[in-house]
Amino acid sequence: MGKTLAEKILSEHADKEVKAGELVIVKVDVCLTQDGTGPLAVRQLQKLNMEKAANPDRTVLFLDHASPSPRRELSNDHMLLREFARKTGAQLSDIGDGVCHQVIFENYLNPGDVLIGADSHTCTGGAMCAFSTGMGSTDVAVGIALGKTWMKIPETFKIVVKGKFQKGVFSKDLILHIIGTIGADGATYKALEFCGETIENMPINERMTLSNMAVEAGAKAGLIASDDITKEFLISRGRGEKFREIKPDPDAEYEKELEFDVTNLEPTVSFPHTVDNTKPISQIKSVKIHQAYIGTCTNGRLEDLEIAAKILKGKKRHPDTRLIVVPASREIYKKALQKGILEILNDAGASINNPGCGPCVGVHQGVLGNGEACISSQNRNFKGRMGNPEGFIYLASPATVAASAIKGEIADPREFL
Amino acid sequence: MITGKAHKYGDNIDTDVIIPARYCTSFHIEELAPHCLEDLDPDFVKKVSEGDILVTGENFGCGSSRENAPIAIKGAGISCVVAKSFARIFYRNAINIALPIFENREFVDITDTGDWIKVDLKKGFIENETKGKRFKISLFPDIIQEIIECGGMIGFVKKRIEAKRKSKE
Repeated sequence: MGKTLAEKILSEHADKEVKAGELVIVKVDVCLTQDGTGPLAVRQLQKLNMEKAANPDRTVLFLDHASPSPRRELSNDHMLLREFARKTGAQLSDIGDGVCHQVIFENYLNPGDVLIGADSHTCTGGAMCAFSTGMGSTDVAVGIALGKTWMKIPETFKIVVKGKFQKGVFSKDLILHIIGTIGADGATYKALEFCGETIENMPINERMTLSNMAVEAGAKAGLIASDDITKEFLISRGRGEKFREIKPDPDAEYEKELEFDVTNLEPTVSFPHTVDNTKPISQIKSVKIHQAYIGTCTNGRLEDLEIAAKILKGKKRHPDTRLIVVPASREIYKKALQKGILEILNDAGASINNPGCGPCVGVHQGVLGNGEACISSQNRNFKGRMGNPEGFIYLASPATVAASAIKGEIADPREFL
Repeated sequence: MITGKAHKYGDNIDTDVIIPARYCTSFHIEELAPHCLEDLDPDFVKKVSEGDILVTGENFGCGSSRENAPIAIKGAGISCVVAKSFARIFYRNAINIALPIFENREFVDITDTGDWIKVDLKKGFIENETKGKRFKISLFPDIIQEIIECGGMIGFVKKRIEAKRKSKE
């Protein structure tokens, strides 16, 4: 019987042929923690007397969630993580280097890898055709020390996407639409496999947005077969030799198959307080916006800043709407600087912060006031997410966020393109 | 055997609500516990007596990977969580800190806040004594049962390492 992408990659790492449903021990290639989850991982390893990393070159500790630190407790946590990296030889990605999922994709992850990360959006790596999944601190701690973890091989939902996006509609709108259709728990414990002509023609940055949000439907992974687009990306990052073509077998068994056609898909927005509470833009009536945020592991890439700049060029943000921009990595920041994108955004009235998670985690750089509404290119709009349970978060593509920043209310980016 | 009062809440309770990021500078159970579920029900912690059972709907614990979430629940005095379904990272995190959790839709449907609940992990049943109804719960696979018996993942790994060391001697 044929294998899904998940079964293929995990069979290689279990050193035996595995099928969905099996509970197995797998080898782990790459581990990551961030500054919210890393400190507990380190303390757990201290308890075990195992302050070591099985693969220090591919164990990466990120300081991205509270970066630079806004509070002394977090500063002390940062110290603990820097010290652990120094002791064990693990890699440190310090403040300003960028969001873990972006940096791991740029510099560490290859097709066919298994990545476990103490952050739920670790599934972003699925766009590299790596089995990437989020776990808690203790699980990742054990993975760091032993280079292994236990896993149940997930069943897979095949998501077939066809059609060409309209101008002003992006993979972010598609994934919001998919989650709106299947629900916030529609794929709990499952792997998603995105495929079809739309995915085959999709640039890597937009694939990453799809994989990133797999967890918002409850999924364990959001995988995409590796192809020439993956290869070109790896070549551009100086590791073309790491490319491997990995495709699911034609007779692979899927628990479910879902088809989406993007031809008539509109810009889509998730309303507070769940990601699956989506509406197409044509059904949205004047929602006033106080804060607009472009950034995060979901949509803080160069192409995202570029489309925002295209919309905001020569314009100003609405006087009642503040605009925050956070490039997802140092690399992206530099390119956006070189291309003049940051200048355009700055002239439009944006507050541009250092690479990292920015206000998405709700600890700094843009905590909402009581009753305020934010439209954001991030992936999660739970109550309290941006630091205040009295705030309201709307999720959308960077283009929709940029258009909304100009109008001061949720706006259709197609008017500006 | 676990016995306690039920505290019932709805669907899609996420980790940002279980323990907001603004408190996640700590992993100390006593610092997290007072803020458990406060954005959902500010009086939650006051209502819980040691050993009580949290009963919730679909997709409990969805969202971030923060392990502070099950730690806060345990710290609030909850001895067991029964939901219609759990988000997967939360499920693993709960097991890793030895907080027993079970899925049972029918049980959740008939249970109200204040009902008296009995859970027998060994025999594999959960009973709503107030309503006089008993349900089977599927027992954990051996490896997970062992993790819980060891007090969590760290205890489990310690035991395994110790066993390896002894077998070498």
